[in-house]
Amino acid sequence: MRSARGAAVRRRLVRSPGAVAGGALLLGLFLFAFAGPHLSGWGYADIDYSALHRPPDARHWLGTNRIGQDVYAQCARGLQKSLLIGALAAGFSTGLAAVVGVCAGYFGGWADRALMLLVDLMLVVPAFLVLVVVAPRLRALGWLAYAGLIAAFGWMVTARAVRAMTRSLKERQFVLVARHMGVGPAMVIRRHILPHMASFLVTDATVAVAGAVISETGLSYFGFGVQPPDVSLGTLIADAADVPTTYPWMFSFPAGLLVLLVLAFHLIGDALRAALDPEADAVVVGGETGSRV
Amino acid sequence: MLALLAKRLTNCLILLLASTFLCYLISSAALDPRSYFEDRTPRPPAAVVDARLAEIGLDGGTPVTDRFGHWAWRALHGDLGRTLDGTSVDAEFGRRAGVTARLLIVGTVVGTVLGVLAGVWAAVRRGRLPDRALTLFSFAVLSVPPFVLGLLLQAGALTLNDAAGRTVIRYTGERTPALQGGAAAQLRDAAVHLALPTISVALGAIAAYSRYQRGATLDVLASDHLRTARAKGLTPGRALLRHGLRTSLIPLTAFFSFGFLTLFTGAVFTEKIYGWHGMGSWFIESVQRGDVNAAMAVEVFSGALVLLAGLVADLLHSALDPRVRYA
Repeated sequence: MRSARGAAVRRRLVRSPGAVAGGALLLGLFLFAFAGPHLSGWGYADIDYSALHRPPDARHWLGTNRIGQDVYAQCARGLQKSLLIGALAAGFSTGLAAVVGVCAGYFGGWADRALMLLVDLMLVVPAFLVLVVVAPRLRALGWLAYAGLIAAFGWMVTARAVRAMTRSLKERQFVLVARHMGVGPAMVIRRHILPHMASFLVTDATVAVAGAVISETGLSYFGFGVQPPDVSLGTLIADAADVPTTYPWMFSFPAGLLVLLVLAFHLIGDALRAALDPEADAVVVGGETGSRV
Repeated sequence: MLALLAKRLTNCLILLLASTFLCYLISSAALDPRSYFEDRTPRPPAAVVDARLAEIGLDGGTPVTDRFGHWAWRALHGDLGRTLDGTSVDAEFGRRAGVTARLLIVGTVVGTVLGVLAGVWAAVRRGRLPDRALTLFSFAVLSVPPFVLGLLLQAGALTLNDAAGRTVIRYTGERTPALQGGAAAQLRDAAVHLALPTISVALGAIAAYSRYQRGATLDVLASDHLRTARAKGLTPGRALLRHGLRTSLIPLTAFFSFGFLTLFTGAVFTEKIYGWHGMGSWFIESVQRGDVNAAMAVEVFSGALVLLAGLVADLLHSALDPRVRYA
């Protein structure tokens, strides 16, 4: 049964133009981020004093910036950072949402009330503003801390959706039977609840990457995120922000890569949603699926 | 209905208080106002710095709960304290809140109205060219982060102005400094300055709301009561307008309050990029200086806005859905 459904989902994905385009895009970006730096002789921090503000040429494939750093090498490095932080943050936040949502929905009672109060509170806290305040303090901990921080402020809406799903699953017969047979809560959740929302969680995590990438680059754009000499797509765009038309190569390459990265995750997330639930035609972009509560 | 609203309002106020306390804890732990004074040359003696910090209520010696209590008590009486340079936070708040409110209100109205219209249109023309074009547009817009969108629009305006040889679109500041002319000229000038930032803020909202509205309209189009309306002889357009639109707007109210926070985040970038002196740019500058009181003012502002949006959403919901009113 499961494998039949898996095959159907795979077939729908392969046939969906969005999934194919998004997948190809992501593969290309991934290759550029991780294999790209080895193709060029320049490192992202190397400075070529003989080439300041140079347009793209054979020596510097995507040109150089104001202090003579190679834009190609910097873009690859920035893409790498943004991709890693975004993917990790999305994984953390969906994981956290699953834990909180399942606990609240399955155990009910005071655990439910306390956790939902926390969710309501976190939704009122201006997430991006708090990120801006806290991020500079985490410099010493490195970029992994940014992923955790972004996740800490992005799990609430998904947690609500997971809670609602858990509550309805809990009333289903197979769960009731398991409970009356004396199976413990941890086992019921692992065997019967989580597998039923796995596809939702995968879809949610995919779309969450797009949101996390936007948060991270936004932080870095203001100078609160990834710190020099390291770069993210956000810091590269900030460097070029006042000269986008004078030195277009400094702006358009990182900005273009960023847009393509976010687009790839939106396309894949949307195609996954459509493939897993072909009845629902509603195309919802932006990860707010969970707010349907 | 009134009882429900009162209950929601108390709930909201408690949440706002809790969120303000949380923000205060985080901000005073993370920001370092001391370095603002210590980085000056010549470096002031430690005692002087302590005295200055104590004066504005940021003395690290007092426990943070006491500082919060003191700050919150004064804030409840309408005094948000002093900035690091000793000027009144209230005065600055008054100057800047209007700037941001203008951007947000125009952005919300434009974004919601156009988004809803586009969504309905796409649902009616499902699978045909307008629907596909709108889907493509929303994917494209939602994939462009707000700061990139702002910079792109600005670059576009710059290119256009260069090509035209004169300033067609103004893209810096809120108004032209020292502009001569009457109220009409002033108003026109403000509107010209408002154009690009509003588009920056509203485009994302249009894209997101049109997606939700499209989905909701499709659900309604497939419903029994709309089939009945058609069966009794209403044209498709009339049936949708009279019996469908209202129902399809109900789920949208749930997105309204979340969407507003996204809009505010977008406005922070927009203000910074277009050189508007609003709450968002004030926040970024305050955090860079380590100014806890000023940063708190913006955090309270945004928290209050989100709750206000939540209340507006509740009101809209009860206006659209009689079941809520008589429950």
